[in-house]
Amino acid sequence: MNSAIEIMMILLVLSDMALLGLSRLRTCISIVSFQGMLLGVLALTMQLSAITPRLILIAAASFIIKGFIFPFLLRRGIREAGAQYEIEPFVGYIMSVIAGLAMLGISFWLGAKLPLFAANTLLIPAALTTLFTGLFLIIARKNALNQCLGYIIMENGIYTFGIVSVAEIPLLVELGILLDVFVAVFVMGIAIYHINREFDHLDSDRLNILKG
Amino acid sequence: MPIASIINICLGLLLAPLLLGIINKTKAFFAGRTGQPLFQAYLDIIKQLRKGVVYSQTTSLIFRAGPVIGLASVLIALAIVPLGGVAAPLAFSGDLLIFAYILGLMRFFTVLAALDTGSSFEGMGASREVLFSALAEPALLIGLAAIARETHAMSLSQMLPAVSFLSPEVVLVTVALLIVYLCENARIPFDDPNTHLELTMIHEVMVLDHSGPDFAFILYGSALKLWVLGLVIIGIVFPASSGSFWFISVISAIGGLFFLAVIVGIIESTMARLRLIRIPQLLVAAGSLSLFAFILVLR
Repeated sequence: MNSAIEIMMILLVLSDMALLGLSRLRTCISIVSFQGMLLGVLALTMQLSAITPRLILIAAASFIIKGFIFPFLLRRGIREAGAQYEIEPFVGYIMSVIAGLAMLGISFWLGAKLPLFAANTLLIPAALTTLFTGLFLIIARKNALNQCLGYIIMENGIYTFGIVSVAEIPLLVELGILLDVFVAVFVMGIAIYHINREFDHLDSDRLNILKG
Repeated sequence: MPIASIINICLGLLLAPLLLGIINKTKAFFAGRTGQPLFQAYLDIIKQLRKGVVYSQTTSLIFRAGPVIGLASVLIALAIVPLGGVAAPLAFSGDLLIFAYILGLMRFFTVLAALDTGSSFEGMGASREVLFSALAEPALLIGLAAIARETHAMSLSQMLPAVSFLSPEVVLVTVALLIVYLCENARIPFDDPNTHLELTMIHEVMVLDHSGPDFAFILYGSALKLWVLGLVIIGIVFPASSGSFWFISVISAIGGLFFLAVIVGIIESTMARLRLIRIPQLLVAAGSLSLFAFILVLR
């Protein structure tokens, strides 16, 4: 079981690196959807000996919302906006991957410092890396859809972090976060539509023009 | 067993051009052609050896030295890599660095010889070759470092038999090394060995001016490079246990190499050449896989 968790964590980190290095929005959405399903399975694998209805609810919510509903909403956003690629990010793709590697190193260093008990030594570094990746994407990309993806990835990081101490986190808090993200993606979808209609593209940095 | 390691080197010298034949046969199979004969690379080398040499008047000694030094370097590399669990004749602690940089020396002299001709095409190929190898080098070295750390050995002859393929770190390193393998040997996602359009080639364009025995050395050297780097990957994937009978482990390692050649052929048949802008991205991806494996091993 421990090695299964380890493989999942490695896949999580690899998908983070892929998200930092790829420019095609559709592929990015598929990877985020894969991350969501992976985390749903992870929640069950972690507590294989003591599966409670609560746990199943959390896992299923993650699996369905992140694996299917978010990709559906985001793909619709792409279709309406007609944007296939991130054209000119603030930070280039190769530099992003190198920054991701630096974040990975920092996460391992930080994970060793934190006084947390985890079933697997990879869990906390992988969670931190995912969190940082999400933040980095929000900062480094101009495209509103990519920033939305960054937001979801950040939530994935928080979720992984939460799984470490799943017994202590109340169900309501976990579901509350998920609901927040859900609403955010929904609102962002509408915002993306309006940005696109107003400016013919999705670059959020142009919103500065609106200032009087 | 010094005799066994000498036989291993002779096997490498004899069988290396066969790898090219296997790759070409696989590609022909996918394209529905009969393809060139399996031993075409041997025939090419023999044909070139019997021909005379033409040297341009603008070239100097470096141009003549390039193919010789290239072949000599790859022969040293052949003496460093173990085959089938038998220690290589030149094995010593830290030989993995020599292994990486002796191949670098080979490339350096190929590049110098290309620049020496003064041809603008060859200069372009040299510039690309240097750029891509600079990006492939970290992936190779960090990957080897991860394996060295995993097995607590600094010599390829001790590292490769000791590694176990089942840990996730080793799988990551293997994928990174496979990408480096394709790049270093100028195979398809990086360079098309069949194209002779100067604007798009990398390796082939650098050796356009070589002829006769010089070109035979280059052909043979690149076949040996395919063999030597392949042995590192095969050593990781099929680690030979030292207890088993030497002959069987050597046969299985060579079988693995032929299998690797088939995989390269399949990759070449199913993928298109990447755009030049994309190539650094793939190499950085290989480097990040290696670095991730290294961090995992350090943990």
